[in-house]
Amino acid sequence: MKFIPLIKTCIKALVRNPMRASLTILGIIIGIASVIAMVEIGQGSSIQVKQTFAEMGADTINIRPGAISKSGINTGQGGRATLTPADSEAVVQDCTLITRASPVVRASGQVIYGNQNWNPSLIEGGSVDYLKIKNWYDMEEGQPFSEQDVEEAKRVCVIGQTIANELFKGESPLGKDIRIKNVTFKVIGVLRKKGANMMGWDQDDAIIIPWTSVRYRLQGLGGSSSSSESSSSTSKVSRSDLFPTTGIDYYTSNSDQPYSNAPHPRRFKSIDYILAQISEPERSSDAVDEITEVLRAKHALCPGQADDFVVRDMAEMTRAFSSTTEMIATLLMVVAMISLVVGGVGIMNIMLVSVTERTKEIGLRMAVGARPKDIMRQFLLEATLLCLVGGILGIALGKGLSYIIANTLKWPTASSPEAMIVAVCVSAIIGIVFGWYPSWKASKMDPIDALRHE
Amino acid sequence: MIKLVDITKVYHLGEIDLPVLKGISLHIKEGEFVSLTGASGSGKSTLMNILGCLDRPSSGEYLIAGQDVANFNASERAVLRNKRIGFVFQNFNLLSRTSALDNVMMPAVYSHPALSTKEIRAHAELLLNMVGLTDRMDHTPAQLSGGQQQRVAIARSLINNPSVLLADEPTGNLDSTTSKEVLNMFKDLNREKGITVILVTHDPKIANFTDRAINMEDGLICEGVSSMLSAVKQ
Repeated sequence: MKFIPLIKTCIKALVRNPMRASLTILGIIIGIASVIAMVEIGQGSSIQVKQTFAEMGADTINIRPGAISKSGINTGQGGRATLTPADSEAVVQDCTLITRASPVVRASGQVIYGNQNWNPSLIEGGSVDYLKIKNWYDMEEGQPFSEQDVEEAKRVCVIGQTIANELFKGESPLGKDIRIKNVTFKVIGVLRKKGANMMGWDQDDAIIIPWTSVRYRLQGLGGSSSSSESSSSTSKVSRSDLFPTTGIDYYTSNSDQPYSNAPHPRRFKSIDYILAQISEPERSSDAVDEITEVLRAKHALCPGQADDFVVRDMAEMTRAFSSTTEMIATLLMVVAMISLVVGGVGIMNIMLVSVTERTKEIGLRMAVGARPKDIMRQFLLEATLLCLVGGILGIALGKGLSYIIANTLKWPTASSPEAMIVAVCVSAIIGIVFGWYPSWKASKMDPIDALRHE
Repeated sequence: MIKLVDITKVYHLGEIDLPVLKGISLHIKEGEFVSLTGASGSGKSTLMNILGCLDRPSSGEYLIAGQDVANFNASERAVLRNKRIGFVFQNFNLLSRTSALDNVMMPAVYSHPALSTKEIRAHAELLLNMVGLTDRMDHTPAQLSGGQQQRVAIARSLINNPSVLLADEPTGNLDSTTSKEVLNMFKDLNREKGITVILVTHDPKIANFTDRAINMEDGLICEGVSSMLSAVKQ
């Protein structure tokens, strides 16, 4: 029997009993539609969860200089000045999992505007990418600083809402000059409100400045003394640090390697840490390995030599992130499976009824020359056709449902072409799997008994 | 054409073996018009099923056109039925909610080599013409009378140009006038097209209508004309 007449026969057989066919299709429609709607809603929420976690910083990695022991006193992490802006660039360029990185320089001090003053908990210098990584690029008011501002070490800053409230008391801070350690910075933007972070710190109590400005203007001019102090954390670095005349052990060599034998170029632009963003937060530990490899090569560290930097990811948060997304995915899978199985059982049920009801027809077809495999093929194809039609209608209904849900309940949804393709394939497979037994039963009928069946 | 040699059929009902055919030898020549008669329980239906290749004999030889088909499997028998045997049933067995034309065309879709739908349709229209249903081709069985339904069934049995037509009580559900029409149709097919026709019936009058009556009694063929038949003839 050729394929096209077979399909025609099947369609005729289905059309002959429109009620039964449409009820069967309905089962599959509901199954597939719920899968599509579930997947779309699930993907939407998954994306939103991802965004939420990203906002909390789960997709960031901190790279800090390593520790050093100087005359028996360990400085702790960040004690050395081994990281440079060039390292930050290298991390972005050479690590496939890293999408952005920014050198960060920290500062602290009192901020003054008019007769108001405030001590922000965070004054950091970063690049434009810093704002993007922190999800702060879109300003509440004003503009973020530009690449050019960073290059030229402009005295501009963007401030958090807490500072805007404390210093400006309802005035618009845009265009106003504030003073940090006697250096004036123009406020060009106000950051979006973030609230407290997981540790309970007010994230809006922050001033962000181009890192070059912090490095060369704030730190470079601010402090006049204590050049011996480590450049690391909060405090001042004198001009002599920037333009050293004496041999300050600024780029501390490893103790077993005499300085004279290690003609490293001196790096004056040391930074406090590098803030990097991962493309896939689930793979942050891979990213850590990648960064370690890149930086070891860049710092020319021999095998066996200890890292002169520390890479840390937000392990706890990424774990929470991946377990959440995993849970959503599993939940969706279960729901999808249940509805598909229910639809499949519906198909099987109807096909079995159909086979019983059409026993006489089967007997007749066999008597006039249909082989068992012709009968089998016909019923299998009928089941598959039902499922395919149901699948296609189900996709339409599912899309409609998710659209309605997205618009009325304001749930996030994301369309998923893969889910549609999979749904169509799955519905065809359901047709074959659940149509198999009834078709097999039909094909095994004895034509004599089948003809005699009333 | 059709040759049966010592055919037996035994049904196994649990522990009991029930012999239904007890050694039947029969020869039907090509172009014969025969009837198969016998009381119920005589094994008439079983013999008809074997003749129609719907069932296999327990033992014996069954030759159709010189080919031993006794040991054919279900698929082979299906192909054989499709090619050589046309069936006409007592209760017509037409597909409901399906037009007369589609009913006639149905067996052809299973034939090998496959013909195009166009050819099949042309042949089916020709056959419906022949049985006098030119203007009823689009009617479903529910819209046709019993006699018309049986004529559709006859057209259907002829779609694959069979050499044998097996009719199981073809007039059982028809009144006497239409019965006569249908029987005449079989006679015409036999006379004009040379198709071997086997009529299975319990009615001696119908058996009398055929050229030869094969009478069955208790799983065996009673040679010659049965007493029942001769009674009618007198």
